[in-house]
Amino acid sequence: MSSTTETRTFRPSSGRGPLSWLGTTDHKRIGILYFWTTLAFFTLGGAESWAIRLQLAQAESSVISEEIYNQVFTMHGLTMVFLVVMPMSAAFFNYLIPLMIGARDVAFPRLNAFSYWVYLFGGIFLYSSFFLGGAPAGAWVGYAPLSTGVAQNMGFYAVGLQLLGVSSLAAAVNFIVTILNMRAPGMTFMRMPVFIWMSLVTNFLLLFAMPIIAVALFMLQFDTLFGAQFFQPATGGDPLLYQHLFWLFGHPEVYIMVLPAMGIVSEILPVGSRKPLFGYAAVVFAGAAIGFIGFGVWAHHMFTTSLGPVPRSAFALTTMFIAVPTGIKIFNWVFTMWGGKIRFTTPMLFSVGFVSMFTIGGLSGVTHAIVPHNAQQHDTYYVVAHFHYVLFGGALFGLIAGMYFWFPKVTGKLMNERLGKWHFWTWLLGFNLTFGPMHMSGLLGQPRRTAVLPAELGGSVELYNLLSTIGVGVLTVSALVFLANLLTSLRSGAPAGDDPWDARTLEWLTASPPAHHNFDTVPTVTERDEFWHRKYAESEDGSMVAVPSGASDGGADDDAEDEHIHMPDASLWPFLACLGLFPFAYGLVFVNPPVIVAGLLWFVIGLFGWIHEPLAEGDDDPVDADTAADHTH
Amino acid sequence: MAATTHDTTLRLDNRKLAMWTFLGSEFLFFGAFISAYLLYLQTTAGGPGVGIFDIPFTSISSFVLLMSSLTMVLAHSAHARGDLRRMRLWILATAGQGAVFLGGQVFEFTVFVKEGLVLTESPFASSFYVLTGFHSAHVFIGILLLLTLYAFSHTGKVQAHQDVKTEMIGLYWHFVDIIWVVIFTVVYLIPEIAVG
Amino acid sequence: MRGWSSGYAPARRGGSYRHYDPSGSPPENVCARVVIGLPAGRASASRAERESATGDVTLRDSSSPRGQAQRRTRRSTVLTLAAASTLAACSDVGQNALDPAGPFAQAPHDLIIPVAILALVVFVLVQGLVIYTSWRFRQKPGDDALPAQVHGNTKLEIVWTIIPALILAVIAVPTVRGIFELSTEPDGDHLVVEVVGHRWWFEFYYPEHDIYTANELVIPAETPVRLEMTSGDPSRQVSDAVIHSFWIPQLAGKQDIEPGRTTTLNIQADEPGRYLGMCAEFCGLSHANMRIRAVAKTSAEFDAWVEAQTTPAAEPTGELATRGRDLFGDLGDRQACASCHQVWEDGSRSPSQAPDLTHLMSRSEFAGAIHDLTEENLRAWLRDPGSMKAMSYELDGIGMPNLDLSEDEIDALVAYLMTLE
Repeated sequence: MSSTTETRTFRPSSGRGPLSWLGTTDHKRIGILYFWTTLAFFTLGGAESWAIRLQLAQAESSVISEEIYNQVFTMHGLTMVFLVVMPMSAAFFNYLIPLMIGARDVAFPRLNAFSYWVYLFGGIFLYSSFFLGGAPAGAWVGYAPLSTGVAQNMGFYAVGLQLLGVSSLAAAVNFIVTILNMRAPGMTFMRMPVFIWMSLVTNFLLLFAMPIIAVALFMLQFDTLFGAQFFQPATGGDPLLYQHLFWLFGHPEVYIMVLPAMGIVSEILPVGSRKPLFGYAAVVFAGAAIGFIGFGVWAHHMFTTSLGPVPRSAFALTTMFIAVPTGIKIFNWVFTMWGGKIRFTTPMLFSVGFVSMFTIGGLSGVTHAIVPHNAQQHDTYYVVAHFHYVLFGGALFGLIAGMYFWFPKVTGKLMNERLGKWHFWTWLLGFNLTFGPMHMSGLLGQPRRTAVLPAELGGSVELYNLLSTIGVGVLTVSALVFLANLLTSLRSGAPAGDDPWDARTLEWLTASPPAHHNFDTVPTVTERDEFWHRKYAESEDGSMVAVPSGASDGGADDDAEDEHIHMPDASLWPFLACLGLFPFAYGLVFVNPPVIVAGLLWFVIGLFGWIHEPLAEGDDDPVDADTAADHTH
Repeated sequence: MAATTHDTTLRLDNRKLAMWTFLGSEFLFFGAFISAYLLYLQTTAGGPGVGIFDIPFTSISSFVLLMSSLTMVLAHSAHARGDLRRMRLWILATAGQGAVFLGGQVFEFTVFVKEGLVLTESPFASSFYVLTGFHSAHVFIGILLLLTLYAFSHTGKVQAHQDVKTEMIGLYWHFVDIIWVVIFTVVYLIPEIAVG
Repeated sequence: MRGWSSGYAPARRGGSYRHYDPSGSPPENVCARVVIGLPAGRASASRAERESATGDVTLRDSSSPRGQAQRRTRRSTVLTLAAASTLAACSDVGQNALDPAGPFAQAPHDLIIPVAILALVVFVLVQGLVIYTSWRFRQKPGDDALPAQVHGNTKLEIVWTIIPALILAVIAVPTVRGIFELSTEPDGDHLVVEVVGHRWWFEFYYPEHDIYTANELVIPAETPVRLEMTSGDPSRQVSDAVIHSFWIPQLAGKQDIEPGRTTTLNIQADEPGRYLGMCAEFCGLSHANMRIRAVAKTSAEFDAWVEAQTTPAAEPTGELATRGRDLFGDLGDRQACASCHQVWEDGSRSPSQAPDLTHLMSRSEFAGAIHDLTEENLRAWLRDPGSMKAMSYELDGIGMPNLDLSEDEIDALVAYLMTLE
């Protein structure tokens, strides 16, 4: 595969062993790394939710102190947003984008590895704060000027999120280029799977949202470390500037978290219903519209600030408006199922669960736009309930559906359906038990981010909180069922075959698990749902008949012959370069210039090693690549 | 995957597309800083405000930076022609002008600090220094990239006609220049006329 | 009026003094006595109805004649809201957004109820559709034929684009109107109170009467009150100037308090009573312990209160209290109480860094209104404030330091403080 050169001998081979994972540039392996890492962080975030729920299970309890509680709820939010849902989506992007568009890898395999290592190290860095003077305790939003105070430990927050932002930004550039530029022949925009569309929109959102939070965090850091005055009221600094910047990032961030799940569900529902997606174009444009309008609703997180009545009204209107494309999607999903022959496999259950639970989150979201009443709901458990219905009932249900759906592709084995169903029903029950009551406890006066549940709120609020705590117990049991299913299926799941679900998109065309190079021949695409059309042809009366194998009328005959496959070499440089981020980041938090410079130098040297590495895949100039190709002939 | 243009969907080199994408992100980065600056234009907490700017001086350093875009274009076209010798010359000229600009920034900052405009003085001062500081950091990285390119042209890592790297660095360099044009106009000129 | 806080089990918080209850009365089951439907009925009653109603408002007791009457007249509308009201009913304490007690809480409530009903209808329809579709179109055993491959239906899709858009447009009109109405200053006679959010307590200043008080906002009932709010003065103590949010759900929605700015909020209690609230914007360590009480009094009671508050603190009599007064002003090399707290005896009043104690004992709670103001609690507080409320004095100067007071000093100081009525 690789033209042998001595310079490459020290590289990890693409074989097995831990070193091969450190140096991998295979998008599938990086996807798997992302997956397991997010599960690890999910466990930590879950443990934090236990601490929160144990503390609030009873009024006036003191299971943990205010100090610890504030750290724990801050880290819970940061973990679930930045270390679980976002990278879990990245796991799917990594694994699926090249397979679904008929590519052999992403555009920049080493940059892809870089994104992963920065993510992992950023997460470890953030968590190390627990042992280095306390975790951030200024809430995941980190509102200034509170967060510029010493007591809030927000140094790790500012630097840690900056690292995670770099990871997301690099990944976004990579995926955008991959989707725009590396599609199989014939895969026009309107033939792309919806998941690819949603990935594209998500990564554009990342591209435009990440720099804004980077600016907010830089300002925070300058205020905290160097006495800058961005948010300091004493000299006329405006704390609201931080909120504007944060939510200008923060609201698109919501869609960054939920659009990938929408994409996943849009793939699973048609397969489970054995029908094409209802209104493909509408779903795609609604997704794009959500992404677009998502940048124009941020101030609805700030309705209770000193914002005047005019901006309040304007943002109320945009907030209502964004419900329209969301509604379009929900109806299109339901009508995808309508008239189908639905097979309720586990991924399908989770997908239907997604539609159902996300609708609840969407409806409570519309109530936020009723600004006068928003002032009652805002920053109460009603909002906590709302966004958990969106991010847990929405994003996480969708992502879990995706795990069940693509597990056979990744491993070649089937997951246990019986355990899967147990997982789904307990998950659904636990989820609603945890977050359903929060709607009520919020309206009955329980603000969020309070370390103590005041007894004065009354017995019913206490009851709702107790139910929520019990719900977390159910969720934990459910998660263990999932984990057991995952591990046993990994070891001894039934063989899946290449296409266990009778699916529609290109990734099912290839082997399970796919070969390192994904496709022996790059498929030529002539239809949306290309793979389905290679299996079935429409007869004259509109019904579908299976195409006898070998007699395809799809693009199979035209599949591009690709005699010389160049796959990206493994490379340790992304990993090595990223190690330099540790001294760099710790140096920033503890304001130690020599350590900062050392880390930076390490990083830069790593980058030089990276660009000096010759590559077999022709990641070089055109002339060079052609020459390389000539050599291999 | 081969990054050659003939097999990409948009018939565009992956790396160039990536650079364009990345610069799209950078626009928002500076956009946010510039917005903050405009918000704090008059929030000087009694300290120095926009009146402190020395427009003629900054005009000269801005002109130097603008001219560096011209030499960058010349460097790329020389490279595309396969003329590595001239390419090196123009690359050095570009980096040199970038360095002159940075020198001007350092000088300007020193003067401002002497006149009492320090980072901790006011939101105005903070937003001015952090905005122009991040721009200078971008220029600095650009110079590093140019010097690396220069070095690679000697080691053979970059050869004649392999001009994609030069073109990418050029894109970045032009972006940094364009941002400076915006900063110079919005940060220095307009407030000077409107407020100063 | 029933003491709202004494009904709860004492010292549940790990043996601390929180909500210390000397009488040790068992907690009442406040929920059980309330019948489904009442608060929603109350809530949807017009303002005139509420104003004409009499009785103890702080006890939402359905056994009162007023409650039953309302339940009869309102049953039809209440039924539609059965689900919501079941839950709403189950709370008789005064921090309930579903139980407005004044026009500025009523307006948003009147806005949300129809929206909530609409949302409930959409919820039922969509969930019903999902469940029906899932059941109706499930694959039957042995049926392996493919269903008709429908790709979409433009007409249908237009319908479900337009209808939600129309519904939202209809909702938008009253929303925008409500935004503007609530943001205006109340017409006619109203009281202005300046609110300063501190970490972690609220300071109230009555400019008309030159009164400083803390945690308990005393207001006249049936009168609009305009709150002009800001956060701690950053030029005085940087770490005290953070964002808070003022929230007494029964009187109005919340409004953030921002350092360097003045925000305003209208509140009004239609009937005398005690209304509970909390800071609703995370403000650091003891955010959970930053409570507010609005005490609405009849206008006569309010006038009496003003009269009392505008009288300087009386000279203490008795040896112990006098010694306490001296200690208050001078603790030797330790920081004196008076360096942060004010007891106004003569001359002009000015805001202080910590709660004004001139008429401390006229309030019923202290320490961000998390502790009942009892002699015992005061003693514990002086002995070790940090054990009563999480504070960060050592880290950033917020909260009360432990002054290492001897038991003698504590006796004297408590004796003095108890005289400040």
